[in-house]
Amino acid sequence: MFSATEPASVSEPSTTSAIFGRLSWDSIPFHEPILLGTFIVVAVLGIGILAAVTKYRLWGWLWREWLTSVDHKKIGIMYLILGIVMLLRGFADALMMRAQQAIAVGGEQGYLDAHHYDQIFSAHGTIMIFFVAIPLVVGITNYVMPLQIGARDVAFPFLNSLSLWLTVAGAGLVMISLFVGEFTTAGWLNYVPVANIENSPGTGPDYYLWALQIAGLGTTLSAINMVTTVIKMRAPGMTMMKMPVFTWTALCSNVLAVAIFPALTGAFALLMLDRYVGTNFFTNDLGGNAMMYWNLVWIWGHPEVYVLILPVFGIYSEITSTFSGKRLFGYSSMVYATVVITILSYLVWLHHFFTMGSGASVNSFFGIATMVIAIPTGAKIFNWLFTMYRGSIRFELPMMWVVAFMLTFTVGGMTGVLLAVPPADFVLHNSLFLVAHFHNVIIGGVVFGLFAGMIYWFPKAFGFKLDPWWGKVGFWGWVIGYWVAWTPIYIVGLMGTTRRVRHFDDPSMQIWFVIAAIGALIILIGILGFIMSIVMGIVKRKELADTTGDPWDGRTLEWATASPPPSYNFAFTPVVQDLDAWYDMKKRGHQRPTGGYRPIHMPRNTGTGVILAGIAGVLGFAMIWYIWWLAAVSAVALFVVAIGHTFNYNRDFYIDAADVERDERERDRLAAAEA
Amino acid sequence: MSETMATGLLDAMMQQQSIPVPRRLRALAILPLLVLIAGCSGTVLDPAGDIARQQRDLIYISTVLMLLIIVPVMILIVVFAWRYRKGKGGTYDPEFHHSTSLELVIWSAPLLIIIMLGALTWSSTHLLDPFRPLDKAQADMNPEAPREAPLRVQVVSLDWKWLFIYPEQGIATVNELVLPLNRQVRFDITSTNMMNTFYVPTMAGMIYAMPGMQSTLHASLDRPVESEGFSANYSGKGFSDMRFRLRGVDDAAFAQWVEQARASGRALDLAAYRVLVRPSERVPPEMFSSVPGDLFARIVERCVEPGTRCMSELMNHGRAEGGHGAMPPATPEAAPAPGHNISAAVPHAGMPEAH
Repeated sequence: MFSATEPASVSEPSTTSAIFGRLSWDSIPFHEPILLGTFIVVAVLGIGILAAVTKYRLWGWLWREWLTSVDHKKIGIMYLILGIVMLLRGFADALMMRAQQAIAVGGEQGYLDAHHYDQIFSAHGTIMIFFVAIPLVVGITNYVMPLQIGARDVAFPFLNSLSLWLTVAGAGLVMISLFVGEFTTAGWLNYVPVANIENSPGTGPDYYLWALQIAGLGTTLSAINMVTTVIKMRAPGMTMMKMPVFTWTALCSNVLAVAIFPALTGAFALLMLDRYVGTNFFTNDLGGNAMMYWNLVWIWGHPEVYVLILPVFGIYSEITSTFSGKRLFGYSSMVYATVVITILSYLVWLHHFFTMGSGASVNSFFGIATMVIAIPTGAKIFNWLFTMYRGSIRFELPMMWVVAFMLTFTVGGMTGVLLAVPPADFVLHNSLFLVAHFHNVIIGGVVFGLFAGMIYWFPKAFGFKLDPWWGKVGFWGWVIGYWVAWTPIYIVGLMGTTRRVRHFDDPSMQIWFVIAAIGALIILIGILGFIMSIVMGIVKRKELADTTGDPWDGRTLEWATASPPPSYNFAFTPVVQDLDAWYDMKKRGHQRPTGGYRPIHMPRNTGTGVILAGIAGVLGFAMIWYIWWLAAVSAVALFVVAIGHTFNYNRDFYIDAADVERDERERDRLAAAEA
Repeated sequence: MSETMATGLLDAMMQQQSIPVPRRLRALAILPLLVLIAGCSGTVLDPAGDIARQQRDLIYISTVLMLLIIVPVMILIVVFAWRYRKGKGGTYDPEFHHSTSLELVIWSAPLLIIIMLGALTWSSTHLLDPFRPLDKAQADMNPEAPREAPLRVQVVSLDWKWLFIYPEQGIATVNELVLPLNRQVRFDITSTNMMNTFYVPTMAGMIYAMPGMQSTLHASLDRPVESEGFSANYSGKGFSDMRFRLRGVDDAAFAQWVEQARASGRALDLAAYRVLVRPSERVPPEMFSSVPGDLFARIVERCVEPGTRCMSELMNHGRAEGGHGAMPPATPEAAPAPGHNISAAVPHAGMPEAH
């Protein structure tokens, strides 16, 4: 049979290829002015940052206090920084796509050729899910959940550090693909047959596979860690049905992640075998079957949506309850709804390809299972609604995000159920209507909630609130921008326009894409507004300071400790009597003990996480470029360091009672000064 | 675009406007209008075939059903957010956090809607299954007439163009699909390399074209139409331009068109196919006067090149070697054979359905 493209001919062995594999000067895109320009900007910024760190002699501090830290709070913050940095990259991709589609109508081909455009939409999806949404969700969970359950750290602090740095290594590989070689053109899930070696002999799919295998390992380990933490490390008295809702949703989300990530890892591993050693799992010939890949990635892919949205539902619950000044309405029904969603989310993946020709009964089953998820989700919306009912709602920024979410998300939920009706999906599958739907739920659900959460817990992490004026700029930019950007996309979807198209023949489409591009620019204002709210918050940190540790009149345990919390979180492990433990303690006139401090057992920092992840990144790079000697060396190094670390018995230490006392006194002094 | 959907969205907009956020109001006020305009030219919502029409109606019905619950919820969100804002006189009852009757309502209201939608889904999914012949639709159109056998069209997605084989007429075209009106068409669909979806929004929903597999779509056109079809699944570099013309014409015009193709004089033989199968983009429509009767079957079986073994043969061989006995040979179903076969040496193979 003829293949579409000749497989990459392996060049005749030479010294150069023995040393550099298939890496050569041709791999650097000098001929692409956009990439070259980006590279120069990134390089200048990078050198600037490195120079600043060197000038102010911050390397030691950075290494000791941050890179090697196993403190769940610092790891959480680093996850969030990663997510925000990658958001800028992913959003730059979005702007480029919007510009291309707004220009390339009729005879006009736009400014991106197919190869470049295809990489951009693939990278946009990959980055936004794996390196923005996941790090932000994991970051908030990492920061907040142990505090909410009154723990001193997560169950496996070193593993937590390793998970973070593996995710960073994956993100690094994706970023390198921008300037060395290429990224995949096969979509955000690296679909076969496009990603098969015959069709994509280049490095793109390999960058994708190695970046995601490394980051995916981090996510899996992190999920195991979080599940164990919730199960084993709750404060005395906190039974399952007294856990804060955010902790519940984090538990369910991570249980889901533990179950699904191995399927993704497996699918990617099989594709790697196809690409590297010539097996035929997903090839067109010799019994391979591409549909199998689609099944495997979507068995991961659909539950993944819930891995992201469940903790965010938890964030909305905490905020609604706090700012309404009421206990959450229907706590147990909220918990059951979360558990039901967790289970049902395994049973719906086929709705991503009704149109591959499964029988009507199979399609109906998966369609109806998908709709059934709307029931617990609807119940959640009602629960938030009735939490607001008879409340005393303070419309501070986090609560504004909640209301915007409820109004935006219900529309996305509705279009989602519509797409779950198989015959409707037969006309809307892969259309821009679908693209608008999932941006509606991901932006209007996950992203809004992540901003709400970051603004809500920021004073806990740093001791001052974000600047509210710029915060509002960020809020309105995102909310208005979302509607302006995505309503036209719903419309062109109903006009029968499909996704991943680089240019359009029909000139009547152009106006919609122009409006969408304007919307994207408004979202840019939202992003800049959020960043400015951090900058201005730092500038005005004295005015915005919070010395009480409880700036929003919170209800859960994280508000019981100082802002920022000491490394040990709580001088004494709190004892929980009721749901909304901190609200309950405040109501009963709780006083902090002023003496009787005892040494606190804590995990010691280690650089092993950074080192292992760095080696994993090198291994990935070597495999991508067929630099076999380097791959072998780094694989051996990986084992040696990992096994070597198991002989490191110097893993823990005690914080002196005197140090604890000093920290706690300092907190009292600050609070008294404020009062 | 339907009135109902537009009004529903309008309702939604109205409620959003009443939250205390005047700037958002302006941005949203134009939306319902935009939606209405879009509807006028939207191909999904302006069908020329019975299947597409039923699919559109289903979109409307489902939307209305969901708006039954979405609209009240959105009104309540705005009303509660406004009424219970701090210091504005709404009753404050911090202990109101449980009500069994309310919980019953909030679980059962969505449940009822989903039961209705679920029933609709079950029946419509079976009724509009692309593999199912349109017997009912035909019977409605003309209950007296003897049942006419569907027109067969074999569809192959190549990189990056569409090949249509009319086995009964013995002709083939590239990037042009001409269909007689009011006649059921059975499309058998496969691909040479990439996965695409075969999709004409005005005619019927889409189904995947996959290498080594065959899928089926039944559809009919009931008014003259000049339209476009394309792939809705990204398939690589030339995907954006992988479009074909669709014309729905009366029987006489169809017969004339077939004659024209037959007279064109170019045969789709092995040499022509080898040229065709190479990746190419923005391919103009082409016609072929004849086509080997087993070409489609061989594309599905991935054995067009003489000397390559067909998939079913390989599988049978594998089974025999494994000691489990050979599979009975499948019956060649989709390839009646006017015209010559590509290679008489290789026995004709059966076709696995993608079902």
